[in-house]
Amino acid sequence: MRARSFAIAGAILGLYGLLELLRQTGIISAYWAQIMDLSLIITISAVGLSLIYGFTGQFSLGHAAFYGVGAYTAGFVSKTLGAGAPGFVLALVAGAVAAGLVALLIGLPILRLRSDYLGIATLGFGVIIRVLLDNSHKLSPTLGGAKGMMGVPQLASFVWIFWLAVGAIWLAANLIRSSYGRACISIREDEVAADLMGVNTTALKTLAFVVGGALAGLAGALYAHRYPFLHPSTFDYLKSLDVLLVVVLGGLGSLTGTVVTAIGWVFLLEWLRAVLPSEYMDLRGVVYALVLIVLMIARPQGLLGGSSAKGGKRRATA
Amino acid sequence: MVQFIEQVINGLQLGFVYALIALGYTMVYGIIRLINFAHGDVFMIGAFVGYFGFAVWGLPWPVAILVSMAVCAVVGMAIERLAYRPLRAKGAPNIATLITAIGVSLFIEYFTSLKFVFGPNYRVVARPFAVQVFHLGPVSISSVQILVITVVLVLVAGLQYIVYRTKVGKAMRAVSHDRDAARLMGIDVDRVISYTFAIGSALAAAAGVLFALAYPQISPFMGIMPGLKAFTAAVLGGIGSIPGALLGAVLMGQAETLTAAYITTDFRDAIAFGILILVLLLRPAGLLGKAGPEKV
Amino acid sequence: MPLLECRNISRYFGGLRAVGGLNLTLEPGELVGLIGPNGAGKTTVFNMITGIFPPTEGQVLLEGRDLSGLASFQVTQLGIARTFQNIRLYKEMSVLDNVRTAMHAGRGYGLFDALLRTRRFGAAERRLTEQAEALLERMKLTARRDEPAGSLPYGEQRRLEIARALATSPKLLLLDEPAAGMNPSEVGELLELVRSIQRDFGLTILLIEHQMSLVMNLCQRLVVLDFGEVIARGTPAEIQSDARVLEAYLGKGATA
Repeated sequence: MRARSFAIAGAILGLYGLLELLRQTGIISAYWAQIMDLSLIITISAVGLSLIYGFTGQFSLGHAAFYGVGAYTAGFVSKTLGAGAPGFVLALVAGAVAAGLVALLIGLPILRLRSDYLGIATLGFGVIIRVLLDNSHKLSPTLGGAKGMMGVPQLASFVWIFWLAVGAIWLAANLIRSSYGRACISIREDEVAADLMGVNTTALKTLAFVVGGALAGLAGALYAHRYPFLHPSTFDYLKSLDVLLVVVLGGLGSLTGTVVTAIGWVFLLEWLRAVLPSEYMDLRGVVYALVLIVLMIARPQGLLGGSSAKGGKRRATA
Repeated sequence: MVQFIEQVINGLQLGFVYALIALGYTMVYGIIRLINFAHGDVFMIGAFVGYFGFAVWGLPWPVAILVSMAVCAVVGMAIERLAYRPLRAKGAPNIATLITAIGVSLFIEYFTSLKFVFGPNYRVVARPFAVQVFHLGPVSISSVQILVITVVLVLVAGLQYIVYRTKVGKAMRAVSHDRDAARLMGIDVDRVISYTFAIGSALAAAAGVLFALAYPQISPFMGIMPGLKAFTAAVLGGIGSIPGALLGAVLMGQAETLTAAYITTDFRDAIAFGILILVLLLRPAGLLGKAGPEKV
Repeated sequence: MPLLECRNISRYFGGLRAVGGLNLTLEPGELVGLIGPNGAGKTTVFNMITGIFPPTEGQVLLEGRDLSGLASFQVTQLGIARTFQNIRLYKEMSVLDNVRTAMHAGRGYGLFDALLRTRRFGAAERRLTEQAEALLERMKLTARRDEPAGSLPYGEQRRLEIARALATSPKLLLLDEPAAGMNPSEVGELLELVRSIQRDFGLTILLIEHQMSLVMNLCQRLVVLDFGEVIARGTPAEIQSDARVLEAYLGKGATA
């Protein structure tokens, strides 16, 4: 057991060293390095949604709202405090905590709702956050409102992004492989039964929602310090959808699936951009949508994991 | 006071358009428990076809509405046949169908944005008739408003007739009540579902044309917000309930117009969805819906 | 003091009365059967006791403590566990995890222990796993430990439901038709199993069952419900000869 943990830690360290070397030597170009960073940031956010939906079964169409709250909070803190490592760390913490707090405030009332209805409520919550971001300049001119926010110091280097992603995955895996995680999964499987087996379902659903929201907030905070321009449209409903797709395609209740799919998905989208001739760029959205439809019809239980038992459960009344 | 009455009439016009869209959501949800995300995009196609009808092909506007309804009925049936039925046949999880619906929605939006389809930009709609303004005492009301309200009332009466007076309507109600029992009684469930999509899509098409006449600007992404709001209206009224969808849509139209007129325009969408969340929390079954306790 | 006391409890569903004015007292260590025709309101009684659908009127007391206003998970934590008529296992979770999940309330570590894998977490998890394995051994499910619960045959799923209920460390166990769908030899095994767990875990048991052989052989006392009301109480022998019970089961005129 212990030996295995050391082996995994060693492998991750080796992977980091290799990637850092390839980046420093320019074998991985700045362009692809940026895509790699984005894929890791999306991974952190997707792991958050995996906790909420994949493991606890709480359907959310508003995950990007937490990502946005994290990005804007962190950007604001960083711009106010100015560049420097302590300010950056504080901004990351602030982004995660703010998103977690918002998740707590919104989660306490709406997590009583089930499946489709919860999806619609979270979608509505996402629209509300988007509208608030569009009007954020009224709160503070620093936030920029619909014009977007610029000038956040670009402090999120690969070492930060990589190790925070590893840390997020590690914490999520620990949570899942504990009594808390089992209780969360039991809620996904049968909420009434879980309640009757002594599981405080409200508390655990809220826990998953807050931890998942905070991870999205952390991802947003990193994003704000990696890409120089923040705009409300980066955090709207389509972005929530992206993350949801990653979690569903990765197979609900599979953390490995989530991580692999998140990275693969970001690279796939960029690859599409690279291979499509520029006059066909418009086709990207069409291809994206078609891939999505075909994948869902071909493998409704997700690409990875997803036993046949999984497809049979939560069977459609449709 | 005069201004208030005029705002209420504006809200009625908007609410009636939402109502036509909401009917499709509520009928489809009632019958297969699916939030058909592509419905708002069918509404958009309806607006474009109607626009081509009267502005490009030179059809009289009532004919343009009918053509648009026919085209969208076919589109709706095609969506159901190609995207949702295969999943239903597999017994796929609800969520897979929902995500497929989102995929269909994105597909329609991106496909119609292509230059050789509708193109990505806004088009300004030239109305096929001159707008007249009538004065009822101090209150003025435009011919467009009268047109929208009249067409919606006629279509709703037609729908009421189909659902309660025809064999298809009876079958629809049976399938929505208990699909398996309906199948055992010899009802061709797939065909009934197909008809439901056709009727819902035709209504959305009519809504699209009316919307284009009333708010004369159309684009491939125009269906998203009205779609979401119409769905909200359906939930507000009690999803699965036809009178509920009408009531919810009228309330939604009023809420949106009156907030914009008297409170704020910037936060209009936020307020619409704030209402939705409150309704879900306080009365999850909607105003006219009924909820049963879950069986344990 | 009685272990459980239902004082004049009623439950209405939108004007319809499912159970009306039920009084029921269980002394510690009793094994009581709740019987009656389909739709008599038996499961509703379980739902009221466990707080899923709290009584519209009346009170439920556990060891003298009023359970009104408590959520189901709190009722369970106070010592009432149940099984379900239509099996409600966590189908995709392993057999072991089905049982371990029911020990969540007594896990013995906090969130940060779990997130950071502390020593306390390791020790507590080992203890939980050992206890769960002991329960599986007891229910003859050890061989199935790592299989998804949904893949088990019917009879084993019923036993797993009992194991999961026991894992919450109950004082009172409510069994909702544990023999449904079992063949006679399985029913015989179940009878022995229920007797032995009652003895070994010092349980009080309230049992809903249609299999009369099981009820008559197992229960010390029976309560008969019909149309939401108690129509008879007594020993199995008394109930078997009660005219009103026969009438409820077989219809009017059958007693002649």
